[in-house]
Amino acid sequence: MIRERYINAVILALMVIIPIAALWMDEPFTITLATKAVILALAAVGLNLALGQGGLVSFGHAAYFGVGGYAMGILASHAQNYTPLMEVPFLIEGTNQMPVIWLVAVVASALLALVIGALSLRTSGVYFIMVTLAFGQMLYYFAISWPAYGGEDGLSIYVRNEFPGLNTLVPIQFFGLCFAVLCVVLFMVHRLNQSPFGLALMGAHQNEERARTVGINVTRLRLVAFVISGAITGLAGALFADLNRFVSPVMFDWHTSGQIMIFIILGGVARLCGPLAGASLYIILEHYLGGLSEYWQIYLGLILLFVVLFAKGGIVGGLARKEVRHG
Amino acid sequence: MADPVLAVHNISKSFGALKASDNVTLDLMPGEVHALIGPNGAGKSTLIKQIAGGLTPDEGRVELLGRDVTGLSTAARAQAGLSRTFQISALAMGYTPLENVMLGAVGQSGGVFRFFRPVMKDKMLLERAWQALKRVGLEENAHAMTSELSHGQRRQLEVAVALTLKPKAFIMDEPMAGMGAEGSKRLTDFLHTLKEEAPILLVEHDMDAVFALADRISVLVYGKIIATGSVDDIRNHPEVRTAYLGEEDAA
Amino acid sequence: MSTILLIEQILNGLQFGVMLFLMAAGLTLIFGVMGLINLAHGALYMVGAFAAASMAAWSGSFTLALIAALVAAAMFGALIELTVIRRLYKRDHLDQVLATFALILVFSEATRWVFGSFPLFLDMPDALSGTVMLPGGIEYSKYRLTIIIIGLLVALGLFLLIARTRVGMRIRAGENDREMIGALGVDISILYTMVFALGAALAGLSGALVGAIQSVEVGMGEPVLILAFVVIVIGGIGSIKGALAGAILVGLTDTLGRTLLPVLFSTFMDASAATTIGSALASMLIYILMAGVLIFKPTGLFGSA
Repeated sequence: MIRERYINAVILALMVIIPIAALWMDEPFTITLATKAVILALAAVGLNLALGQGGLVSFGHAAYFGVGGYAMGILASHAQNYTPLMEVPFLIEGTNQMPVIWLVAVVASALLALVIGALSLRTSGVYFIMVTLAFGQMLYYFAISWPAYGGEDGLSIYVRNEFPGLNTLVPIQFFGLCFAVLCVVLFMVHRLNQSPFGLALMGAHQNEERARTVGINVTRLRLVAFVISGAITGLAGALFADLNRFVSPVMFDWHTSGQIMIFIILGGVARLCGPLAGASLYIILEHYLGGLSEYWQIYLGLILLFVVLFAKGGIVGGLARKEVRHG
Repeated sequence: MADPVLAVHNISKSFGALKASDNVTLDLMPGEVHALIGPNGAGKSTLIKQIAGGLTPDEGRVELLGRDVTGLSTAARAQAGLSRTFQISALAMGYTPLENVMLGAVGQSGGVFRFFRPVMKDKMLLERAWQALKRVGLEENAHAMTSELSHGQRRQLEVAVALTLKPKAFIMDEPMAGMGAEGSKRLTDFLHTLKEEAPILLVEHDMDAVFALADRISVLVYGKIIATGSVDDIRNHPEVRTAYLGEEDAA
Repeated sequence: MSTILLIEQILNGLQFGVMLFLMAAGLTLIFGVMGLINLAHGALYMVGAFAAASMAAWSGSFTLALIAALVAAAMFGALIELTVIRRLYKRDHLDQVLATFALILVFSEATRWVFGSFPLFLDMPDALSGTVMLPGGIEYSKYRLTIIIIGLLVALGLFLLIARTRVGMRIRAGENDREMIGALGVDISILYTMVFALGAALAGLSGALVGAIQSVEVGMGEPVLILAFVVIVIGGIGSIKGALAGAILVGLTDTLGRTLLPVLFSTFMDASAATTIGSALASMLIYILMAGVLIFKPTGLFGSA
């Protein structure tokens, strides 16, 4: 059994080494795959905060992924068309600048998470799962029927957005940018887990009544966690849109929500780097198994079933020395 | 005559046709242990929930240090100084005793929305946590896993968490439950010293402990308080003997 | 909007609602009795439809097709209950969600592998095609009317089963206290398998009936599953009455919303904007309804706290 810290270091190291090796071997497609893994890992890091630490089984986190993606899509498409988003009551133009897009994505998803969270946290247990699922689908159907931004066909963005000081079209540079974002977020989440907030959140997950009787307003606590969680997943959505230069309603779909959950369960629920391991494994399966068979998802389903029934700790859980611990 | 720390006035609660609490009035004076006894099904847990939080009475009010807390949530009452232990230990099983007590300290401090400082390095909170652990005698096991503690140790931990709340009053729901004679004696002695710090409303079935510890006893039968008085008053009260102690004599 | 058109849409809403009820009833029964959330229910809907389409293509008989749907769905339901689902009863909801989601993946891809990606067609039986004249001069599809009738009969049957039979009594007891009825010597595992298979059969029947109006394709069960969840949230978990009320409410709201909202909006904005905004809002209407119920009665209309 290995200390979780070392496992995390290895995971992070692998995530960097592989694309660098690919650069050296002139395989840009691998770099793109690695970037995809990093971005999906980020989405899962967001969900893991609500789900793993908080115990909130949100089956509609794709809502925030989609909002982040469409924030990018809308802003960038207006920029590339040279038409403003809005003229009255004040002028809002599109933008190609990633930092601005990210800010909008984060704020928009946080706001949505606030509304959905406030409504959903009135329920618990199975209701909560179904309600978050339903809200996610609501956005999916809305995105399909709103024609302005492509509707069902989605929206293509012809240029990759800009980040000061980088040429974002170069695969390794874009990878580096995404990986840096992931690391910053991981660091923040790590500090969060160690903080009083984290102690309270995980404590309330284990025993809600106990948390209440020591004076913790559990609903408010969970709402804050939910909002932060949604904001992180939203940021990932914006990055994902930039990777593919394409957004579509599928980003809101519950299959996407399910996928994000799969990353978490494969990697290890509530583990800091679990989402990274899980997302990477998924990308590997998708690429290699998918190459062998069109019906690779059957195998994904069976693997998932196996992990849920028999290997609950996921990759990190299986390797790590201890149970998920605080502090 | 001092003011009561905790006062319950005319609490009533019905579930459909069942009157679980029937015009209950009682109070808790500083420095006392006030025991609440009664046969099973008398409505003790319903009453406790209305006092500690989680269930709103149909009628009546609850006051803590003169302040009406009837409409407040469990968390708000805890913040006001009402500390509670549970009949079935309500602890975070995946945490160590230290983490559990720190949870109490964090809750009490109101600083739940602090995101960046490592909580387990917070000197002030740690000091309060260790103090609580030492008082119940658990400092040796502070880093064990709560799920691996013995039953008696978990009861001690329950009390420790209650202590971190800077309590003005304790509500203890069957703290002796499942403890052997040795453990019960120790806990009884401990509660004896504790009551000076904050009075205790004690729900208990262990009559030895009740008679050893209580300054006053109230008897709850079918949701109604049928008697309140000193240990001797209650021991000799005819209605109480039939309703409750009488059954024990026969057994 | 003429009255006749309106009544026709109301009937369509009723028909939609009744089909949703079949899905929701199974789900809520499974949750009420076993405490299990089952995402694979949509896959069982699909299995029913595919079984019906295959049987109809082979035998030419719609009745046989419906029977095939019931049998196939019940069989697959029992199969997954015995192999996977029974390991989940004691697990937390996250595990149940993930495991049943995994089952969806397996079922969907397996179906695509066996039947290919193109939709199958299930033809309405000749006896039921065409329209029937209802009082008031309304012509309505015979088939859809039959669906409404079948659905209401099933609802009645379920009520009677639960309220009047011994099995129903065991189901109700199981809902209230799982450990108790095990202790009473009722063989819980058989009861659970039966309840699961019953829920599956209802889903399969729903899939087959709808398959004749829409196409039979992989993934057809998923939108219905989500709607069934909305129905349960609105109606209250564990309550068949709630499932019926919720389903009819959702069916009517959705169908009428889609027809009426664009019309409503066209009274004060131009036609194309009205259709766009109207249909966009209509597609969200049910969820807004659900949100409303959540605000005022978080445990659903007929649910208990």
